[in-house]
Amino acid sequence: MFKVLERLLHDKIATEAISLSGSARFRGKLAGKCPAEALAACAKACPVGAFRCQGEEYTVDYRRCLFCGRCVAACAEAADAPEGLLVHTADEAMPYLVDKAQQVTADVIRQKLGRSLHVRHLDAGSCNACDFEMGAMSNPIYDLHRYGVHFDASPRHADMLMVTGTVTRNLEQALRMSYEALPEPKLVMACGACAAGGDTYGDSYAIVGAADKVVPVDIYVPGCPPRPSAMIAGLLAAADLLAEKL
Amino acid sequence: MENVKEIKLADLRAEAKALSADGRHPLTAMFGRDETAVRGSYALYVLFEIPEEKRLAVLKALVPADGDLCYDSLTPILPAAAWYEREIQDMFGLVPVGHPDPRPLVLHESFPQGYHPLRKQVSATASPRVQAGKGSEIRMSVAHGEGIYEVPVGPIHAGIIEPGHFRFSQAGESMLQLDAKLFFTHRGLEKVMEGKTPWEALPIVERICGACSIANTWSFCQAVEKIAKVAVPKRAQLIRTLLMEIERITNHVGDCGNIPAGVGFAPAISLGGRTKEMLMRLQERLAGNRFLRGVIIPGGVSLDITADLCQDIRTTLAIASENVEALDKMFAEQENFQNRVRTTGIVRHQTAVDLALVGVGARASSFAHDSRQDFDYGSYPELDFAVVTQKSGDVAARLAVRIDELRQSFFMVSQLLERLEADHTELSVAVPAAAGEDFGISESARGSNLHFVALDAEGRIDRIFVRSASYPNWPALPIAVQGDIIPDFPLINKSFELCYACLDR
Repeated sequence: MFKVLERLLHDKIATEAISLSGSARFRGKLAGKCPAEALAACAKACPVGAFRCQGEEYTVDYRRCLFCGRCVAACAEAADAPEGLLVHTADEAMPYLVDKAQQVTADVIRQKLGRSLHVRHLDAGSCNACDFEMGAMSNPIYDLHRYGVHFDASPRHADMLMVTGTVTRNLEQALRMSYEALPEPKLVMACGACAAGGDTYGDSYAIVGAADKVVPVDIYVPGCPPRPSAMIAGLLAAADLLAEKL
Repeated sequence: MENVKEIKLADLRAEAKALSADGRHPLTAMFGRDETAVRGSYALYVLFEIPEEKRLAVLKALVPADGDLCYDSLTPILPAAAWYEREIQDMFGLVPVGHPDPRPLVLHESFPQGYHPLRKQVSATASPRVQAGKGSEIRMSVAHGEGIYEVPVGPIHAGIIEPGHFRFSQAGESMLQLDAKLFFTHRGLEKVMEGKTPWEALPIVERICGACSIANTWSFCQAVEKIAKVAVPKRAQLIRTLLMEIERITNHVGDCGNIPAGVGFAPAISLGGRTKEMLMRLQERLAGNRFLRGVIIPGGVSLDITADLCQDIRTTLAIASENVEALDKMFAEQENFQNRVRTTGIVRHQTAVDLALVGVGARASSFAHDSRQDFDYGSYPELDFAVVTQKSGDVAARLAVRIDELRQSFFMVSQLLERLEADHTELSVAVPAAAGEDFGISESARGSNLHFVALDAEGRIDRIFVRSASYPNWPALPIAVQGDIIPDFPLINKSFELCYACLDR
């Protein structure tokens, strides 16, 4: 007993400020110019159709993106000059709000501390990576509770459903029923490339698709999986949305 | 693939019984394949492990497509076959005659009866819809008697975990019987990958399961490399083995922080959670993704582990190792914790053998099953390590196996880092398109992970079967809980830490 207490005193506070940038190799948002001769190759390399060409430019649908690095590799291979090509930056792609049709910015997140949000997690067919990261938000490093965000045991106690995974046929009913059980006003977050984009595995007899094929979605959080910090950014934006709806 | 013995369907039971050698050769897997286009039949594959020869033995029997599609069930003589036969029945419509529990397994009420998605004639994407309540209902198996009541739990659970439905038959607090309805996250991935090249299928293989990405990718790549008859460069083997051990360390540390959550032992949860986060960050620095995705590719690896990263691994794992020792001490010193984990959730040795359990679940019941020892792959043949076992088969044993394995893995990583600093440079070789079939096997954090891959003449996937470590171990959970009290269920469940995603596919 005393040894455990001694250990606790020794460890002090582990909780850190949230950083929205990863380590040097982290494959985050795309940046850089993609030369015209490489555009088609990059789009072809994308396994989920997130990378698209528009004239001489490219767009990336971060809701679908797996952050796998195949477009960056294809760009390096197809381009004539080795400089200034497509790269993955170490910055996370930010959550996307549907109502405002805008990407959440980092400064907005900083102003959102002090809200409250109760969340029910729903795995609609994930590979469990998103779920593990969601669990990690409760560890002492991220300490999600400090932002007033709590996970509830039942959708009836929650303000928001946090959906992970492509919706499977075997879970479609569970998702619908959980959504119906949420009290008004209610929000839905599609967390990760499967729930947000739905193209991770392509079409299958057992898959319905992205979460928004079954229930209305308010917030999309990109990533495969999103890091806990990106999920927290999404949750803080959601808390703000909820405050507006109340 | 070597060692495939094609036999008559009528001889399947006798041949399987002989090959299993009273459980000395565990049943590795059973799966079906549609060969109607070439041979007018469905094929049944039955795989056994022959540990003393470090190989698999494969029985293959053809089931004529124009016949009654029946065969003698192996389950009455090999209990480990039970779920495989139910899955084959769902996916191909082959009927195991004499199966004690032939309920549907994979396809729930939302699929129509008589729908068998892995038949080639069935569309990969579209499937007929059924009205609610009219599909193939899965009746839960429950106990009856005076005062016996049922507790339904899930598929959506109270915590942040994957979906599954559990039906407890209770006599007061004691669990008399547990029936689990799983496969809620069934995504049809084996069908989705058919027709794709291994390179196109790779992002999907990496995403079968988050926690076992390296294990799944490695098994898959092994199968593809064996078919193409290419040898992976030495440095790539070292890096693959290193990442596998780091994945194991991360998972085991996560479990050491999660098992105490089953009894609310907060200081251990906190220390385990922090240590796991440290390891997840290490994984991101190594692979650019916190789940080590994007490194293993057919033919080798795509990223090097530089000298700086080797140092980073040493420093990080030194702290992780200290924390694991601290956790071990915390567990040993807390009598009330020991009270909860000892004699809880027992799997007897014979049960482990009968169900052909793998990984931690097997080794905690003194069944020394470990693919790193039973097969030659990666850099394991040149590493010094011991297979850890425990005798008591309870939660305490599964926890103790993990802690001892962590020590073994830290030791293996130090050996691997020394070898990485030697002068090998090549990271990958080209893998030409080739036709053929073969398997790949690797020991994931949860146990042996098997992929069977068959490629057609164009080098595209004709059939892939994925049997993760969780598959054989799930049926052990309902047996382990019998007689324990229902508040111990989360603890027992966490001590197995089985993936739903890997199982459901």
